[in-house]
Amino acid sequence: MEPKRLRYTKDHEWVGRDGDTYVVGITDYAQEQLGDVTYVELPEVGRRVAAEEETAVVESVKAASDVFAPVAGTVASVNEALETQPELVNQDPYGEGWFFKLRDVKAADVEGLMDATDYNAFLATLEE
Amino acid sequence: MQLIFEKSVPGRRAVRFDALDVPEAGLPETLRRREAAALPEAAEIDVVRHFTHLSKRNFGIDSHFYPLGSCTMKYNPKVAEVVAALPGFAQLHPRLANAPEYEDAVQGAYALIYGLEALLAEIGGMRAASIQPIAGAHGELTGALLMAAYHRDRGNAHKDTVLVPDSAHGTNPASAVIAGFHVVEVPSCAKGFVDFEAMKAALGDHVAGVMLTCPNTHGMFEPEVREIARIAHEKDALLYYDGANLNAIVGQCRPGDLGFDVMHFNLHKTFATPHGGGGPGSGPVGVGERLLPYLPGPRVVKREDRYTLDTPEKSIGRVAAFFGNFLIAVRAYAYLRYYGGDGLRGMSRDAVLNANYVQARLEKAYQPAFDGRCMHECVFTGARQAEKGVRAMDIAKALLDRGFHAPTVYFPLTVKECLMIEPTETESKETLDAFCDAMLEIASLVDRDPDALHAAPVTTPVGRLDEVKAAKDLDCACR
Amino acid sequence: MSWVPHTDADRAAMLAVIGVDSTDALFEAIPPEARLQSWNVPPGLSEMRVRALLGELAARNDTGRVSFLGGGYYDHYIPAAVDALQGRSEFYTAYTPYQPECSQGTLQAIYEYQSVICRLTDMDFANASLYDGGTAVFEAATMAARVTGRRRVVCHPSLSPTWRAMLDTHTAHLDFEVIDGDDPAGAACVIAQNPSFLGDVVDFEPLAARCREAGALFVLSVYPVSLGLIKTPGEMGADIAVAEGQSLGLPLGFGGPYLGILATRKAHVRKMPGRIAGVTGDAQGRRGFVLTLQAREQHIRRAKATSNICTNQALCALRALIHLCLLGKEGLREVAVACHSKAEYLKSKLAFARVLNEHPTFNEFVVRLPRDAREVVARLRGVGYHAGLPLACVGRGEANDLLIAVTEKRTRAELDAFVAALEEVACS
Repeated sequence: MEPKRLRYTKDHEWVGRDGDTYVVGITDYAQEQLGDVTYVELPEVGRRVAAEEETAVVESVKAASDVFAPVAGTVASVNEALETQPELVNQDPYGEGWFFKLRDVKAADVEGLMDATDYNAFLATLEE
Repeated sequence: MQLIFEKSVPGRRAVRFDALDVPEAGLPETLRRREAAALPEAAEIDVVRHFTHLSKRNFGIDSHFYPLGSCTMKYNPKVAEVVAALPGFAQLHPRLANAPEYEDAVQGAYALIYGLEALLAEIGGMRAASIQPIAGAHGELTGALLMAAYHRDRGNAHKDTVLVPDSAHGTNPASAVIAGFHVVEVPSCAKGFVDFEAMKAALGDHVAGVMLTCPNTHGMFEPEVREIARIAHEKDALLYYDGANLNAIVGQCRPGDLGFDVMHFNLHKTFATPHGGGGPGSGPVGVGERLLPYLPGPRVVKREDRYTLDTPEKSIGRVAAFFGNFLIAVRAYAYLRYYGGDGLRGMSRDAVLNANYVQARLEKAYQPAFDGRCMHECVFTGARQAEKGVRAMDIAKALLDRGFHAPTVYFPLTVKECLMIEPTETESKETLDAFCDAMLEIASLVDRDPDALHAAPVTTPVGRLDEVKAAKDLDCACR
Repeated sequence: MSWVPHTDADRAAMLAVIGVDSTDALFEAIPPEARLQSWNVPPGLSEMRVRALLGELAARNDTGRVSFLGGGYYDHYIPAAVDALQGRSEFYTAYTPYQPECSQGTLQAIYEYQSVICRLTDMDFANASLYDGGTAVFEAATMAARVTGRRRVVCHPSLSPTWRAMLDTHTAHLDFEVIDGDDPAGAACVIAQNPSFLGDVVDFEPLAARCREAGALFVLSVYPVSLGLIKTPGEMGADIAVAEGQSLGLPLGFGGPYLGILATRKAHVRKMPGRIAGVTGDAQGRRGFVLTLQAREQHIRRAKATSNICTNQALCALRALIHLCLLGKEGLREVAVACHSKAEYLKSKLAFARVLNEHPTFNEFVVRLPRDAREVVARLRGVGYHAGLPLACVGRGEANDLLIAVTEKRTRAELDAFVAALEEVACS
């Protein structure tokens, strides 16, 4: 996925369209903050989630963080590769390190999130 | 070093038991385990050498200065160990407490429990105390359960929230959740205190209780503590005192007098019972008037010249099977009687003196996290050093090479590159000076030779360990 | 004061560095009106007086009787080397191993402890310890709720009434339904105990299978010494094994410190509460041990942690490990056989009382006496015995029922004399 074309949340999730579904992952900033990811707990396929619902968990040695659904939808698939290679989240957060895909998503909900420019501006406020 | 399993030799034995003097009985095949548990097979000397060698791979208070902030690692007088091992305590069966017919057999234990609970209540400015909670976090949970029982009893169903400062130990929110509460974090202000305005704003009708640590984990006494108590009580919210930092104020002021309704004590910190490499601890709770009827039961009470058991009218029930970690209570009681009232006041005085001395000696080289004098621990931020590529963890590891245990690092979460130093009262000026000299030498290396700090520790049995590997390739048992 | 090292000269020098006149100035942050003026804490005693005082209190406890008390806590022989090794201050004066490089002794011991617990119970993972048997039952219940997403906890009648009561206290404000029975339908778990509180030894494999079918976890509380002989939680199909570890080298100590044991299957390890040590290495390839999976714990996850436990019972776990190493593979079996055989011998001699257990027993059983059990224990105390636990005192059974436990420490001569004394008191 190309970071420029994704949408973002203040909790550092990204979401991007992939055909009929939307892919969700965590941002480069988030993986950097976490450090080496050691474990990812993924949701069950078919689970319906509301926007901002805790949907996955990502753990490093010194931190654990919930991954929230950026928008409402149904879990269409999960990235099973993370079960054995959680380091993909660090190595390729916008690609091989994706978390889950959602279907039944309203496009308008996605449009309502921050775009790359807004997100970068948001990150700049965190640096202070 | 090898594992004990790697030293096992089939057929080797350590302890010999009596030959069986009754006929050997058998259990039906279906109830028996298929093969004997694969325990090590070793001679007594093998076992003794193994664990003696293991012990040498540890720092302890008896061998090293151990300024772990928030942990109160003080020296533990040996007399407490000796008395806890007396057969009259160590061999006493707890089920003797279950039948009144055995009450004569446990009068000494009951007298000790009664005496210790009374002393703790006096030290805390509380009405009564219970030694049932088994550790500090268990004391917090007991306190939270007491608050929940109080509100349930009063029909305060809307009171479902506990306020916890962001500088609090993680056990506070975790314990409150088990007692059924939602937890709302209250931020700290730039001075290192809980943000009073934010606290006031958060203190709505839905608040069941406020958990405070005082002095807080920034080593600062909360200046508004009495005002917080007042506004909490206006809303019928209870104020909980986390006893983690009680060492700073014993005999100087009392949580009950400050307005706290419930508290826990860490006998393994404040009252010098050894920490055992991670426990056992003991976390008695103390309560004021409001929570008295809800205390865990049964309790030891005195009827004329005898001790017996009684359960408070609205007791939350048993949090422990009997009297918590009784043998830890024996040690704490011995310690309290050894120190006495004046000794305890001297204890907190010198604990605060030592922390301020360390702060004064280090504050040019390391940036104090907050302005002003500290209480029993001083908190620095290693942000300045981190800019030069030396992290708090590097400083911690470099201290190990210099023969000191590290301070607490990266806690509280509110301070960047946090270094939290709690010297305790039992350390001499010479020890503190040696530690401060080491800290200053390390600070000078940040500019001169940062790589030396990155490479530390080099004198310990192992160097820095790969924690990512441990978490990914989980190997937690030798099967 | 002799117990803190500072002299007045030291204090003066330190105050000068700090830049204040007196130690009082260091307490200025405390509101003056809250400063303590006086309190009722007695003056300190000399070390000799402390020993005398505590010695007097200890002497007012009666531990000199021949004891048949059990009920989950047993008077086993503890080899001398257990005390000798635990008494090394490098172990008992260390803190939690937050700096692994200077805590390898503690960490390797935890790893070895986890290993012996797995070997004993036939489970995959054990944590570094919980407080005691009762809190281990509670932690297993909440763990099962996390794994299954269910809130009903079913307590099998075999479970100790003491631990059952603790479970009620601990879950009082959680949205849990704690009920008695053995029906796993809709439950997070069924919690059973083997041997049961009354001593019965049962093969719980069928119940474990029913739990599996119903999507519930099967939690089995066991008596570690009995595992020298008895079918293990792993063999029975338990998902979580818990135990009161007191019998593994810990003194009775009037209730603690004891040891909460918890072990589980690989599938559930991330839902397990408590600390856990794991193997790793340093840059030079040397094997070392660290605390791992810490992201589950309260210091990181705070309100969302798997448990609030912080300080555990590390030194007790060390004792249990040393104890099991000294007993060894054959020794544990021998102790279990001795406990069982001596209990069976005693049972066979009690013709004047009715044994109530319907299943085989290990080292503990219930007899219905011809008269009130509390009266009997009161009179037997006068002739040198702690004869057992009258069941009615813990809300079980009838007034005449007595729970009797036998360990390897009891000799045949003691058993014979006890039979005579019991018969005389119970039947006269």
